[in-house]
Amino acid sequence: MSQIIQWIEIGTIIRSLGCCPSEGELHDLIAEVEEEEPTGYIRFEKFLPVMTEVLLERRYRPIPEDILHRAFEVLDPAKRGFLSKEELIKYMTEVGERFSQEEMEEMLSAAIDPESNSIHYKDYITMMVVDEN
Amino acid sequence: MGSGTSTQHHFAFQNAEKAFKAAVLIQRWYRRYMARLEMRRHCTWSIFQSIEYAGQQDQVKLHNFFSYLVDHFTPNNHNERDFLNRMFTEERSPQDSEMENCRDYESIEVPDSYTGPRLSFPLLPDHATALVEAFRVKQRLHARYVLNLLYEARKHLVQLPNINRVSTCYSEEITVCGDLHGQLDDLIFIFYKNGLPSPERAYVFNGDFVDRGKDSVEILMVLFAFMLVYPKEFHLNRGNHEDHMVNLRYGFTKEVMHKYKTHGKKILKLLQDVFCWLPLATLVDEKVLILHGGVSDMTDLEFLAKLDRHKIVSTMRCKTRKEHKKQAEEKGKANQTSSAGTPSPWFLPQSHSLPTSPLRPSTQKAHRAGRSSSVPCGVPLDPKELSHRVRHSVDLELERCRQQAGFPVIKEKEEPLPSASEADPEAEGRREPTQEEWRQVVDILWSDPMAQEGCKANTIRGGGCYFGPNVTERLLQKYNLQFLIRSHECKPEGYEFCHSRKVLTIFSASNYYEVGSNRGAYVKLGPALTPHIVQFQANKATHTLTMRQRISRVGESALRALREKLFAHSSDLLVEFKKHDKDKTGLITLSDWAAAVESVLHLGLPWRMLRPQLVSSLTDNKLEYKSWLKNLAKEQFSHENIQSSLLEALYRNRSNLETIFRIIDSDHSGFISLDEFRQTWKLFSSHMNIDVTDDCICDLARSIDFNKDGHIDINEFLEAFRLVEQSCSKGYASDC
Repeated sequence: MSQIIQWIEIGTIIRSLGCCPSEGELHDLIAEVEEEEPTGYIRFEKFLPVMTEVLLERRYRPIPEDILHRAFEVLDPAKRGFLSKEELIKYMTEVGERFSQEEMEEMLSAAIDPESNSIHYKDYITMMVVDEN
Repeated sequence: MGSGTSTQHHFAFQNAEKAFKAAVLIQRWYRRYMARLEMRRHCTWSIFQSIEYAGQQDQVKLHNFFSYLVDHFTPNNHNERDFLNRMFTEERSPQDSEMENCRDYESIEVPDSYTGPRLSFPLLPDHATALVEAFRVKQRLHARYVLNLLYEARKHLVQLPNINRVSTCYSEEITVCGDLHGQLDDLIFIFYKNGLPSPERAYVFNGDFVDRGKDSVEILMVLFAFMLVYPKEFHLNRGNHEDHMVNLRYGFTKEVMHKYKTHGKKILKLLQDVFCWLPLATLVDEKVLILHGGVSDMTDLEFLAKLDRHKIVSTMRCKTRKEHKKQAEEKGKANQTSSAGTPSPWFLPQSHSLPTSPLRPSTQKAHRAGRSSSVPCGVPLDPKELSHRVRHSVDLELERCRQQAGFPVIKEKEEPLPSASEADPEAEGRREPTQEEWRQVVDILWSDPMAQEGCKANTIRGGGCYFGPNVTERLLQKYNLQFLIRSHECKPEGYEFCHSRKVLTIFSASNYYEVGSNRGAYVKLGPALTPHIVQFQANKATHTLTMRQRISRVGESALRALREKLFAHSSDLLVEFKKHDKDKTGLITLSDWAAAVESVLHLGLPWRMLRPQLVSSLTDNKLEYKSWLKNLAKEQFSHENIQSSLLEALYRNRSNLETIFRIIDSDHSGFISLDEFRQTWKLFSSHMNIDVTDDCICDLARSIDFNKDGHIDINEFLEAFRLVEQSCSKGYASDC
């Protein structure tokens, strides 16, 4: 028995298993595996069958690069190829399933090109995808 | 107008909807990316921790090796007997009269050319501050001042009680710091960020000041200096690394000998004594207990407060061969525990059994009578009355300690003394702790909290126990405490609460495993005693790295360490792999690979997750294990002419080898004789079933640069084979 016990959030586990749910989908999933009286913990016996089904059904598949690129283009109708820092912040923190300040800061630290103060999303996506592999 | 507007609205709505969906998509994708990063961080952390703790298990192996020695090796001549005796005879702890001789630092001359800091006593606050500044610019303190400072520190420590009592009435706030492990940058950072110690700014340093990092000496100097300058506000607790035996293995001894070639031995000797005079715990306002490791279900604060802490020279138990013989005779009779079964060298921890031990403490409460409450009582008091009580009990403790410090105390022992025929003048003058005293101290210096209820032996570390939330609760209630602050374990965020926030782990060595591995933290307690945590990371470079970069750097380092470990077990792995390949195809599935690796290494790591980092190519989704092992070997070493199995053996046993060498080198000269080296290696390899010829050993030894006739420079030997990290590489700020 490993003595090393660390707290990992259920969302992290689900996402690292290859799924890419939205926050809303994640909440639904957690509701399925939670105890009747939420203790803040998930039991493995309950988690396993639900998760197995999710994986077999190939639910919440990850997003292909080109779809991601198109999403950025929606936010950049003038098709400049980049978003300004302010625009990125506005969209990520005010629209959709909003980022927390921490998430926003972390994204900015890697995404923003300091010279132009903007994110060139095509390059950004390529970099992140390569990095994952 | 009407339809135009509604069309506009329609478009606007559509656009907003599109933007919403696009944003959600991006956020979804990003969160998954971060989750995978988080997972990698967890894996990396697990790797480092499991390797660290597995290293501590090495002590058990060393223990077995020496048991084997005792059982199978009969010394043929007096050289061999001396050799063995050195490992089995306890070194005497210095008596008080010997301590006076340490004043001979006064005879040490400081050359005019010395540009480092000069100390004069009594120390003033400015001296302490100047010392910090001097160390910050990498100056070194002359041996004379080191000895002088240690001597003065000892004089002060002797007067302190085992459990130091501190009140927040005097200074408004108290800052508690955890393990520093020789990382001076972190200490300097804490003083910079939180402020230097002063009558208004009290500090408690919770042990483990030394080992592993490269500036343990400097940290001790700074801590002792401030302790002398602000004795009422600056407090130190002993950690499990404030122990000359542990220092042999984990780097402090080496650091001292390296920095102080002429006087190092003297410094180490004095330090040995200073360490055992460090208080065991600090109690703030009778409410918050601060100690290094933790507690056990047997922890008795009253008992701890009264024992003679000076007798616990090392938490590594000592037992002589004579005692072993005596007990081996009695083995048949009594219901002895395992600790009496096999003899143990004086530098190894005993495996001690918990509650069911027949060696229960007798009620040695003779000293109780006549003392006012030295332990927290159940009645809440107003602050003034409280601090008055604290002062009063502290005064009583001081009085008792002053009395004690002057005379050697001979206490009753639980174990049978060696019989008269074996009486040996050396043994009589020695003051040994009782089993119960030793165990109580080990528990508070080595234990770790666990999530489950109960209390069980801490087999991973080899000392102390794992204590559950019920043990904490019981202790807090028994002594009417609010919570416990401890250190001893590295945490990614520098701190961690557990047991419903009743236990706080605080760890102040940032980047402990590797640059970017973890933050350090310290905790401030205000008058209401609510903890306020401050985190930091001393290496500036890490601030500019993104989480992604930080994790990948640490990850690389962890993986390198893991690959090394895998290489060190190549032969065993090959055997395991073959078991999964009955048809001798040369291929095994990944599940089999993962199972085989775990059964050999026992690290409890998620091998399948780590697979992409460890195995680069697959054939039909299967692994060609022989070529994989060969690749591992190629990465590891450059000495192609050395037999690979020998190297494998060296790697696997590196930390034990270093410890053994240092023990043989009892005068800390840094050299052992060729004969001793050959002898040790022969014994070691036969026990470990290492199939290596004598000639091979000689070749090995000859390939190293000998400084003297027939002598081996330990450091050169170990470093030549990359068996230890280069002493300069650890702890330096990165260039990037």
